[in-house]
Amino acid sequence: MSSLQLLWFFLIGLLFSVFFFLEGFDYGVGMALRLIAHNEQERGELMQSIGPHWDGNEVWLITAGGAMFASFPYWYASLFSGFYIILFLTLFALILRGVSFEFRAHALSPAGKKLWGWALSIGSLCAPFLLGMMFTDLVKGMPLDAGGNIRGGFGDYVNLFSIVGGVAVALLCLLHGLNFIRLKLTGELRQRAQALTKILYPVLFVGLVAFAGLLLWQTDFFSKRPLSSWLLLILIVLLSVVATYGAYRDKEGLSFIASGATLIGVVALLFNGLFPRVMVGNDPLHSILIANASSTEYTLGVMTIVAAILVPIVLAYTIWSYFVFNQRVDTKKVVSDK
Amino acid sequence: MVLGVSMLSLARFQFAMTTIFHFFFVPFSIGMALLTAIMETIYVFKRDDDYKKMAKFWGKIFLLSFAVGVVTGIIQEFQFGMNWSDYSRFMGDIFGAPLAIEALLAFFLESVFIGMWMFTWDRFKPGIHALFIWLVTLGSSISALWILTANSFMQNPVAYRIANGRAEMASFSGLLKNPQLWVEFPHVIFGAFTTAAFALAGMSAWRLLKHENKTFYHKSLRVGLWVGLVAAILTVAVGDLQTQQVIKDQPMKFAATEGIYKDSGNPASWSVVQGFDTKNKKVTWSIEVPRMLSLLTYHKATGSVKGMDTINKELHAKYDGKYGSAINYYVPPKTLFWSFRIMAGSGMFFILIAVLGLWFSRAKKNTLQNQRWLLYVLGISLWLPFIANTCGWLITELGRFPWIVYGLYTIADAVSPSVTAGDLWFSNIMYFLIFTLLGGTMIYFAHRTLVAGPDALDGTGYADTTVDPLSKGAFSHE
Repeated sequence: MSSLQLLWFFLIGLLFSVFFFLEGFDYGVGMALRLIAHNEQERGELMQSIGPHWDGNEVWLITAGGAMFASFPYWYASLFSGFYIILFLTLFALILRGVSFEFRAHALSPAGKKLWGWALSIGSLCAPFLLGMMFTDLVKGMPLDAGGNIRGGFGDYVNLFSIVGGVAVALLCLLHGLNFIRLKLTGELRQRAQALTKILYPVLFVGLVAFAGLLLWQTDFFSKRPLSSWLLLILIVLLSVVATYGAYRDKEGLSFIASGATLIGVVALLFNGLFPRVMVGNDPLHSILIANASSTEYTLGVMTIVAAILVPIVLAYTIWSYFVFNQRVDTKKVVSDK
Repeated sequence: MVLGVSMLSLARFQFAMTTIFHFFFVPFSIGMALLTAIMETIYVFKRDDDYKKMAKFWGKIFLLSFAVGVVTGIIQEFQFGMNWSDYSRFMGDIFGAPLAIEALLAFFLESVFIGMWMFTWDRFKPGIHALFIWLVTLGSSISALWILTANSFMQNPVAYRIANGRAEMASFSGLLKNPQLWVEFPHVIFGAFTTAAFALAGMSAWRLLKHENKTFYHKSLRVGLWVGLVAAILTVAVGDLQTQQVIKDQPMKFAATEGIYKDSGNPASWSVVQGFDTKNKKVTWSIEVPRMLSLLTYHKATGSVKGMDTINKELHAKYDGKYGSAINYYVPPKTLFWSFRIMAGSGMFFILIAVLGLWFSRAKKNTLQNQRWLLYVLGISLWLPFIANTCGWLITELGRFPWIVYGLYTIADAVSPSVTAGDLWFSNIMYFLIFTLLGGTMIYFAHRTLVAGPDALDGTGYADTTVDPLSKGAFSHE
């Protein structure tokens, strides 16, 4: 394994981390539409809080996919074709939520607004759930053939472990979204978001224990890389404790950073366990390795230069855009109007 | 095999369906971003509030198409791996890089600054605010450059070597120096400007026929026609250069667009229209213009053009050793022949109606409102660019048959081995349904926005670009 291959394995993990940190709260806000908003006006306010950002956040997923294609084509080919139906449904979810912002704004009737609000919520629930399922299956191991193609049946994709993994990721995104709402809104919506996080964090801890148990039972993480796996797992739990503490102590900034870091911790845990593989085969001989899944050193070198120049620029104007919209969405007046 | 349709056909159908649908919205969005940017820039310099109103109003329709373009674009990046995994393995070393760069360089730029543009009308000085929409235009144009870098390689592979059972990048700058890219990219980008310009002119023409907001739609129409005229001329001119490239690199594609089976005489005459007997590979009847094909091909009055039969033999001689003799090198001549005529004919037609429209609406003597026939022609023509774009892609992609990467890799070898026909039936049907829903909804909303007119700007919610969502009291009903 060359240092460039190692770097790009790390960068793919980093891209997915940034994606889950940013788009994670978009998904959470989308789900929260069904949980803490009582009317269309409030749903509109929730959507406004992510209005200027969700599109740019989603680009991190596209970039992660594109970077995987460029740096590890054998991984990209095997993963994307192997999880055909799951990824198709993910795309479907992303389409629904992607158009929902524009279409809901154009819909004048209450029924139309309702319809596209639901499209956002369903898309926002399904996308992280399905991606969580896919990543769980990926580390559990799939029936890979010698050519790197997955020859799996229904149970290989949908099983207790992958469902728990999907639920865990969706729940983490929901909590991250609620923390974002606490940060971005005022008034009742903010209070309801806070109240809900207090209920959901205990549920999350149960989920995390179940996930950890299944991880122990279904993967080789703890036999192959026990120390780092345990450390990351403990870190994930600690971060969730911090986020819970923030929920009880009115420290929404702390909760938000902690819930985002939890998502990054999950990605780190999965990539750490995956290493030095990119696809885990049920038959270890068929696992695909970082060492033989990548593009040439030349292409990786080109991509490294490109990324070194462009990523800082992208980060700079993205961060600037968050500063431009750094005020809270003000809802006090709306509440007093009623 | 399910219902007798092969997995390969289903995968090809799905790719065609998703890209064609995506490509209804992409060129329109790119062009609408440019038009909106031009209108806002005129406002910045002239401080004529009509142009600000125009930028906001047409911006609404731009945002609708942008949303559909974005969501259908994600499919494109995923489906190389999902449906064409063996292609991705063979080509990933070369093909992945432009896609990743497209995301880093273009997608972030457009999506971040479109958010800035939508919500900051009152926060920044007009000049700075106009800069945002220019950055969106720049981003979407750069996006076209990189995706076409990838496509140009598929049309005309350059700067590669075959090693370790795949195509490997020999030179990154070589990819960008592909001569195919520098005719294909300008043709597509000017085509995109043309698309939005005539769509906007057409929409304005319908409103003028209804005698609504005459000044507003008159000004809009003039902006559309000026941009449309320049863009259409450039599209046609670059299209001619592109044809020269095709004659050199993919002679079968060119022969099919001209519908010639046998080598032409010298000088070669050009069929305006003709009948095909594709079974016996014969032309049944034709209306011809003498010497015209020599002119089109070589830009001089003489010269014979190779027919499909000859090229077929040449291709067999060249590739049989590697791919066997069973491959069919004929591309679908009827589709290519008619697509080319519709596309090129549309280009000429656009130039004509732009000149007419600008002439009748000139400031000195504006009689456009009385030329109802012309307004009808312009109105109906709003659909034509979308048809022309589709024809262009059919020629480009079908004309490469049987290759997915010309001369290097066949379509049949490229498909995902692990995806089943059942999977594909499911995704094909679902894509078809969601596209119908998206397309229908988008047209419905765009139409309603047009009917409501530019003074209905004070709507509420997300699309209301006049409200800064994060300012105090943005949601109050006062």
